[in-house]
Parts: sequence; structure tokens; C-alpha cells
Amino acid sequence: MSSSRRQFIKKSTLAAFSGIIGAPIVFGKWLPKDYIPLILDQNDFHNKFSKDPAMVVLNDKPWNAEAQAHILDDKVTPASRMFVRNNGLIPQDIQTDQWTLTIDGESALTTKTYTLADLKSFPKHTYQLTLECGGNGRNEFDPPAKGNQWSIGAVSCASWGGVRLSDLLKDVGVKEDAIYVGYYGKDMHLSGSPDKNPISRGVPISKAMMEETLIAYEMNGEDIPLVHGFPLRLVAGGWPASASGKWLHRLSIRNKVHDGAKMEGSSYRVPCEPVAPGEKVLDENMCIIESMPVKSLITYPKSGAMLGTKKSLAIRGHAWAGELNVSVVHYSIDFGVTWQKCELQAAANRLAWQHWSGNVSFPKDGYYEIWARATDSEGNMQPMLVPGWNPKGYLNNACHRIAIKVG
Amino acid sequence: MDNKQYIRILKQVVVILKAAIFSLILLLVLVMDMGYNLLKKEFNNDRTVAAERVEAPEIVNGVHVRTGLVEGEGLDLVIQNCTTCHSSKLITQNRMTKTGWQSTIQWMQETQNLWDLGDQEAPIINYLAANYAPQKKGRRARLENIEWYEME
Ligand code: HEC
Repeated sequence: MSSSRRQFIKKSTLAAFSGIIGAPIVFGKWLPKDYIPLILDQNDFHNKFSKDPAMVVLNDKPWNAEAQAHILDDKVTPASRMFVRNNGLIPQDIQTDQWTLTIDGESALTTKTYTLADLKSFPKHTYQLTLECGGNGRNEFDPPAKGNQWSIGAVSCASWGGVRLSDLLKDVGVKEDAIYVGYYGKDMHLSGSPDKNPISRGVPISKAMMEETLIAYEMNGEDIPLVHGFPLRLVAGGWPASASGKWLHRLSIRNKVHDGAKMEGSSYRVPCEPVAPGEKVLDENMCIIESMPVKSLITYPKSGAMLGTKKSLAIRGHAWAGELNVSVVHYSIDFGVTWQKCELQAAANRLAWQHWSGNVSFPKDGYYEIWARATDSEGNMQPMLVPGWNPKGYLNNACHRIAIKVG
Repeated sequence: MDNKQYIRILKQVVVILKAAIFSLILLLVLVMDMGYNLLKKEFNNDRTVAAERVEAPEIVNGVHVRTGLVEGEGLDLVIQNCTTCHSSKLITQNRMTKTGWQSTIQWMQETQNLWDLGDQEAPIINYLAANYAPQKKGRRARLENIEWYEME
């Protein structure tokens, strides 16, 4: 005991020394002055970013946190219940009066720089837009896929306000050979290197030109919260949320598919052709994810409800389908043997999630699971099993289910 | 050599000797001071480590308290090399085979500024593969950790 303790102290002294000698040389000059590299307590997340206590923190550096199904019950997701997927460190000391957005690139006719005031002089548009992390549901893949182990809560549908990207692109002028619009944000790479972007993705020019694709300066009628991209965010609803760049300060109109950080390799890509679970896939056989697949959530009641003597239950939730509409939502209480149709509302606008509701009757006492299944406007349904395996565990749109006890 | 000349030379020798002795003493003081400071640093380091240990035991029930990493051969190397850029939660969330961990490290070296781990790479990968290996999940797991509650 005492010898292992002595050894421990010696090791720690060594570590402390290597810390003193090694770490400052590698990182010192790049660490932002007031960035405290402490392992922060989980509660810090909820206080710091005014988040619902039921938000689950997956990583505290960089911040990654997801909602649980029952706190996503709001029709329009409040900031407090919106998932966070950060790839780097949040920018510090943002000065809104000095913030600019520059639009440049090989396929831009001119280069223009806009202040926030300039942007606000363009017509303002507001849409409810579904943003889901490409890796939502990753934790169900077998063999496991690496990255943050999202379960079901990396999805939101807030109301975003701002200028249409297409209005800005027209203002700058787009050459005919334009293929892609890539974004650059002010977040800092985890290594502290100022020359590296944590993430720099974007959308094809066709998606950039859609009327719902915004350069947003508002979320739910207020300034965008810092952790969600204040003061400016590209918002491309229905696509993996990584296409919606936060802390936006530059857009490049590219004459090729944008080649920024996390555009290449296996990031936000799936095998172009289906593969067996665990199969190695070459980079050139990986295709960029565009529209997200059809999916739904049961947001009421919370899983685990015991109904006592009641034999019926009102349920509700949301359903969304990337670029498409949801045409119908069903639920099953017998593991898919029979399906009942739900009430389904039209979307507030294209790319917003749709609200559904149902009334469940239970034939007898016992344990039940309620499964919800949405079908999109092209007839694609959510699978009951985890869909096609892919190396990074994207696009798991398997049916959501909750547990209920009757009697 | 007359007596006068002899005395002059003697005086010069004394001056040189005085200077030499003075320099020597100065050097000695400097060296001692440096040594003392180094000792003090070493002592302080041990003291702070000991104090930390009293406040928060490093390993409890086989888990390193600050990082949540499992105790095991190579833990120190992993803490030193793998928890500076991101928190250890990115490790503890993940399960990979040896080749999986290897290619993740290679990916970070090629794209994320991770340094060459030299001969520490093997013990790091061994630690990760041993303590964070994949488990079978099947095509759909059953619902777990259900918090039952009575509905009004
Ligand atoms: C120089 C900085 C740096 C160091 C040091 C570092 N990493 Fe990383 N690592 C990154 C970055 C950047 C990411 C991407 C983070 C994200 O996407 O949120 C990452 C992601 C990961 C991931 C998730 C991979 C994925 O595909 O999403 C794992 C697992 C990981 N690191 C493990 C390790 C291990 C083990 C070590 C020690 C050998 C280590 N890291 C050291 C920068 C680093």
C-alpha cells in the first residue's frame, strides 16, 4: 500500500514535470487567455447555457448534449431544450458591431463583406426548420460507430429568422460553374491551432438557393444563443445539422464540392452502396449525406408511465422527413403486428416537423411498448430495426418506442 | 630582482587571488541558490500532489475520478496524451477494436493535429483496446433503465 503510494507520488511528480515542460510548449501560445481548461462539472452546462436539467451531456469539451424525448414536446423547440453539437471551442468576446460576413470564392462574381446591420437591411424571413444531427441514434449501431453516442435527442425544430442565402448570393453574383457553398465559423479547433477549422461544411448551390435556406440572426424571436451560433448561423433545414454552420463569418461559393474540415473521409458520409456491418469502406466509396430520412418521436407521455386502472392513453409527438413531407404516422402496441393511424398536422412551412397525435386503447392489463412509425411522401417508412450499418453511424431512423404498464 | 620589484609582483598576485576567491564565492552562492530552488519546486510539487490526493482520491472503484477512465496499464499515458484537446468523455463513450482505436488515432494525427505518440502509442492502444472494446448489441436492444412513474 505505502510503496504503491510512493510510486504514485513519483509518477505524479513526473507527470507534473512533463506537464510543466511539455504542455505549455505545445499549447500555451494558442490557448485563449481566459479559457479555463478544467474538467467542468456537468451542471455547468445547464447553468452556463440556460439548459433544461433533463438535457444529457455527452461531452464537456467540446460541448455535446442531447434532449430526451419527453422534453421535446414543445411544437417549437425552445433554446433550453435544443441539442448542442460543437466540434470546437465556442468563440470568446464576440463584438456584434464588428462582426462581418464575407462572401467570396472561385464562383463568386464579386467579393462582398456585410455587417450585421447590412444583413438586417435585406428582407427578413422566418421559418420553423428541423435540424437533426447526422449521428442522432448512433448509439444503436453494431458494431459500434465512433463519435458522440447520440441516442434520440439530437433533433430540434426552432423558428429561425434572417436573410435568405439566395438573396445574398444574388447580391454577390454567382458564376455558372458554382457547385457548392462552404461555410467558415469562428469556433476554435480543439488543438488551439488558429490555422485549423474544427468544421467547415456547407450545401450544394441548389440547396443554398432554396427559399428556406437562411443566414439567420434570430432564433425563436431572439438573438441566437451563443452555444447555437451567435450572432450568425447558416441554417439548412432537413439536412444534417452539421451543414448549418455556427458563428458564421465567411461563405465561399465554390466551383467544386467544398473541401473544408469534415467534408471528406467518412465524416458526414455513408457508403454509396450498402455494406455488411463492420465492413471497411474506402473513402472514395463514401457519399455525402444530404436530406435526412423520415423519422418521428413520441414526446408524450414520457416512457415508463403506469396507467393504473385506465385503459386508454393520449399520445403525441413530431415527425419529419428531411426535404420531404410526412404523409402518415402510425403507432403499434403489439410490436408491429397491427398499426393504427394517427392524426397528423400539416407542417408550419416546408422543412418544419409535423405534429401527430393518437389515442391508444389497451385490450388488457400488462406491459406494452408503443412504437411510432412515420411514412414520407415518397412512401419510405421508418424501419423497426436499426437500418443499414455505416462506418460512422449516421442516419439511424429506427422507430422510437416507449414503455407503458397498464393495471 | 630587487626588493621593490618583488613586492610589486606580490601585490599583483594578491589582487588576482582576491578576485579569484570572490568569483568563486559568488559562483558557489549562485549554484546553491539554484539547487535550493529546484529542491523547493520538487518539494512543493509533492506537497500539492499529496494535498490533491487527500481531497479527491485519484482512483475509486477502479475508475480514475477526474477523467472517468478505467484503471489499467497505460492509464497515465492516456490521461497525458488524450485529454488535452477534448475531454475523456470522447473516449469513455466509445468502444472499438484494436484496429479501430489505431485508425482513430491515425485519423487524429492526419487531420486533427495529434502528435506522433512514438513508443507510447502501443501501450496507449493496448489500454484502449483492453478497456474500451466493443460489445454485441444486436439489431435492436430492448428498452432499458425505464423509470416507472404513476400517471395521474
Ligand atoms: C491535438 C488534439 C487531440 C488530441 C491530443 C487527441 N485528440 Fe481525439 N480528437 C480530436 C478532435 C479535434 C476530435 C473531433 C472532436 C469532435 O468531433 O467533437 C477528436 C475525436 C476523438 C474521438 C472520436 C472520433 C470520431 O470519429 O468522432 C475519439 C474516440 C478520440 N478523439 C480519442 C482520442 C484518444 C484515444 C487520444 C489519445 C491518443 C486523443 N483522442 C487525443 C483531437 C485530439
